[in-house]
Amino acid sequence: MSILISRQSRVLVQGLTGREGSFHTEAMKAYGTRVVAGVSPGKGGTTHLDIPVYDTVKEAQLSSGADVSGIFVPAPFAADAIMEAAAAGIGLIVCITEGIPLYDMVRARAFVEAAGARLIGPNCPGLVTAGEAKVGIIPNHINRPGSVGIVSRSGTLTYEVIQGLSQAGVGQSTSVGIGGDPILGLSFKEVLSLFKTDVKTRAVIMIGEIGGSDEELAAEEVLQAGFGKPVIGFISGRTAPPGKRMGHAGAIISGNKGTAASKVEALKRAGAQVCDTIEEVVAAAANAVSEAAPSTSR
Amino acid sequence: MATSPCDSDPMKFLEHQVKERFRAAGIPVPDGRLARTADEVALAAGALGSIAVKAQVPVGGRGKAGGIKLATSPAEAKRVAAEILGMTIKGYTVREVLCETAQEISREVYLGLTLDRDARKPVLILSAQGGMEIEEVAETRPEAISRLYPDPWRGPLGFEIRDLIFRAGLGPLQAQLAPIVGKLYSLARSLDAITIEINPLALTRDGGLVAADGKLEIDDNAAYRHKDLHSAEEMDEDPLEAEAKRRKLTYVRLDGSIGVIGNGAGLVMNTLDLVQREGGRAANFLDIGGGAKAEVVHSALELLAGDPHVKGILINIFGGITRGDEVAKGIIDARRDLDLKLPLVVRMTGTREEEGRQMLAEAGIAPEVTATAAARKIVSLVNR
Repeated sequence: MSILISRQSRVLVQGLTGREGSFHTEAMKAYGTRVVAGVSPGKGGTTHLDIPVYDTVKEAQLSSGADVSGIFVPAPFAADAIMEAAAAGIGLIVCITEGIPLYDMVRARAFVEAAGARLIGPNCPGLVTAGEAKVGIIPNHINRPGSVGIVSRSGTLTYEVIQGLSQAGVGQSTSVGIGGDPILGLSFKEVLSLFKTDVKTRAVIMIGEIGGSDEELAAEEVLQAGFGKPVIGFISGRTAPPGKRMGHAGAIISGNKGTAASKVEALKRAGAQVCDTIEEVVAAAANAVSEAAPSTSR
Repeated sequence: MATSPCDSDPMKFLEHQVKERFRAAGIPVPDGRLARTADEVALAAGALGSIAVKAQVPVGGRGKAGGIKLATSPAEAKRVAAEILGMTIKGYTVREVLCETAQEISREVYLGLTLDRDARKPVLILSAQGGMEIEEVAETRPEAISRLYPDPWRGPLGFEIRDLIFRAGLGPLQAQLAPIVGKLYSLARSLDAITIEINPLALTRDGGLVAADGKLEIDDNAAYRHKDLHSAEEMDEDPLEAEAKRRKLTYVRLDGSIGVIGNGAGLVMNTLDLVQREGGRAANFLDIGGGAKAEVVHSALELLAGDPHVKGILINIFGGITRGDEVAKGIIDARRDLDLKLPLVVRMTGTREEEGRQMLAEAGIAPEVTATAAARKIVSLVNR
């Protein structure tokens, strides 16, 4: 099972022929992902890395039956690429691109929502269902199939956790990097809800960081209602200084939410185990899945 | 709101720059002149009559800090200007003052727009209780704050704006206020503003509305669309932060002695947390971002090597889009070019890890395996 992607997923890559697109598509293929098409406007009809290239997502989707898109196009064009994928009926859009103007993302997000598609990112590492498929830039060799789900706002900290788990012999179901931008697609809430009903996932690690209130909202709206699986939380940025802020608008909207203390408190109140270091997170997850495992299974 | 170093750093502007934008957008502002000397301020008072002399620094709380004073004559204006010019407000030296016709204000309204990251949308905010205490109003009397989330594709419609105004209890000002709300939204969109604020929006004794003060922050991600705008960043008092901006590095100065370089905001923030746990203090937050080439690593090391507070450097890289071989090349080149003598601890793993580690090993640098071990090592080297 796992969530969002599997070995059945048919993946197309927007920006396939670029430097990042090429490099990471090769890694995605090497991981076993079915990359069925690429899109690079103006390069339609060619092949790249043995993958057929199309001018538009619509054409690529019709020819290949792709249901997932990974986006590696430069920031000025990325919001349009997201909307192109949604308009072509792609169900899961994973945008790796960093630095997309926020107003572009506000519009793209509304567009994706109206189209009924799911967006992961932008400015995220993507996701991997261990041993099956990967869309994005999470290094291949660190993943190990198993039953711990990961959802994280930080790219590189996600890798830390995955590697730590794998080295401890604890495998993962799906690891999802949702990205750190202010305007995101899926947030903790939605990904946690998917993990909740996924039979393969027996415990979930949630890696948050200061800023915004997505961690608090997930704790209040998803975890508090009863999650049925152990949740291990981690919040980075506890010693970071507050940013310099101008004007009052941010404070009017967010009040005191968004601090590390507020997030830790909300997670604890909702029954999550909150850890201080990545090593503790790994140990807690190992403990959770060994306890959750039926004693007769191995 | 807790902001984090990872939030892309917005371009900030001074009051007079913001007011130029307001004026161009058709939002009424007081008559004013920019002055750099006490004599220029006296001249402005001669032309404008009673004036407010306002320090131009990109931070709030200027009035409380003594950076805004009234003057009724050129002689008083000159004296007041001498007090304000050269003073330091929250780390910024006042080099310019805005001299504005003093307003007789009967009422202060708050009008602003920001990106609400929880709603994933911009929000217009209006309150009849404007002025310095607006955050307190928001906390203690949230019903005094009205909000409007316009559809991002079509912007606020006329009736939505009127509804916002009536909800704020500002119905009697509707005819004057509605166009200002619409213009502020259009201005925010055209400038990619993540915060734009008129506070106070002053109702004067003669019944007009005028933007008495304004704030503006522009999304740094959209800076490429606004090459004509020059932010107040050259005013940064911290030369290292200014230099980091020139180098396009995400850098925040901290008060410790261990220079920290990493990739990814979450990882760098966690590295700061680890350094503190091991008994050290980080000198900075520096995120080289995703996909950094060797030159970026070189540039980051050069920046930290120029900071006299830095007694040792910790580099923590977990490569995804960033490649270990590129990072290793940057480290090796920088160490050679800069003749670095400071303790340097490298932790590297992820994409092209083997290549990177081998290059480092050949250059005599033994990379650490875990971030915790690396933090422990640099703290022990610096504290020794």
